[in-house]
Amino acid sequence: MDAKLKETILNPIFKGNPITVLVLGICSSLAVTVTMKGALVMALSVIAVTGISSLILSLLRNTIPSRVRIIVQLVVVAMMVILVDQILKSFEATYAIDKQLSVYIGLIITNCIVMGRIEAFALGNKPWPSFLDGVANGAGYGMILIIVAFFRELLGSGTLFGVDILNWLGYVPNNLVILPPFALILLGCIVWVQRSIQKDLQEK
Amino acid sequence: MEYLSLFVKSIFVDNMIFAYFLGMCSYLAVSKNVKTAAGLGVAVIFVLLVTLPINYLLNKYVLAPDALIKGVDLSFLSFIIFIAVIAAIVQIVEMVVEKFSPSLYSALGIFLPLIAVNCAILGGSLFMQQKDFANVGESAVYALGSGIGWFLAIVSLAAIREKMAYSKVPAPLKGLGITFITVGLMAIAMMTFMGIAL
Repeated sequence: MDAKLKETILNPIFKGNPITVLVLGICSSLAVTVTMKGALVMALSVIAVTGISSLILSLLRNTIPSRVRIIVQLVVVAMMVILVDQILKSFEATYAIDKQLSVYIGLIITNCIVMGRIEAFALGNKPWPSFLDGVANGAGYGMILIIVAFFRELLGSGTLFGVDILNWLGYVPNNLVILPPFALILLGCIVWVQRSIQKDLQEK
Repeated sequence: MEYLSLFVKSIFVDNMIFAYFLGMCSYLAVSKNVKTAAGLGVAVIFVLLVTLPINYLLNKYVLAPDALIKGVDLSFLSFIIFIAVIAAIVQIVEMVVEKFSPSLYSALGIFLPLIAVNCAILGGSLFMQQKDFANVGESAVYALGSGIGWFLAIVSLAAIREKMAYSKVPAPLKGLGITFITVGLMAIAMMTFMGIAL
């Protein structure tokens, strides 16, 4: 694999992370970080949507007139999201996926990461790098979701993926961690840690 | 009475930002000073108030199971229909405002077109679909309440950030980090409204 492709994959995960550096697409997803399962499902859905819609639009990039490109992008992304939602609905009963997740899956359409990567990368690059770029950005986003969910489920319910970790030691679950404010504070702390390590990201 | 309860609840308890994190991107990006924040807030109230009742009617009479043709369930199309309606309405609203109130148009500026991809708007429609309101009035009240809740959230954050410019924040926390933590603390304050029943 050549260096440029490697850079395409690694950059969005650490240095140019969509959430902590570019501040894109926080909207749809912090609410799903109460449990690891919700965060994992959301992360996989976002990876699928960003990857495949980047691929499709990169294939179409020379045929779309630039005046109507936004609406074409929206239609492709919305179609992908509907597919993901339908697939999840069919597994809803088997894996006991939360019904509320459907709303947040729908919100992937307006997730700025998807549109942002299409505009910034897929429309100017070949299909394969675009696909990788989409997947890597989805993964960088999913990674933050899973870190947040890890702490929220561990401290808030004492479990991970529903398996008891802390409770049998006599840990009393902290209810504040399950409430929405804590997700924001945790995200603030993640930004803090990342910027202490990568000093060039600090704001003046 | 029910309307009042729904209104207050959608402003304080089910606040778009503090309870559901909806519209977070523009919330963080545009909250650097109070004036622009207020502009975006007003635009959000406006667009929510127009799109939600329309999406409610579409959902009830076209998309719901058995609504259009007996035995046909079109609800899987709701995402694409909602986003299309929102994009179209935003475009129309922009043209109307430009024609009839140039001063409002210049005040809202770039925010109007941006709103089409604001999660709060699509989120409002999706939550409306899930909440199963009884009539259009309820959906309009819900839209107004959520819009005002969003407006309050962005204006208060902008005010805090304006003051925060003078305080000494640890370098890695500056900007984004401290903003997240501030929003978290504001959300804790808003939690005191939880459990209010009118």
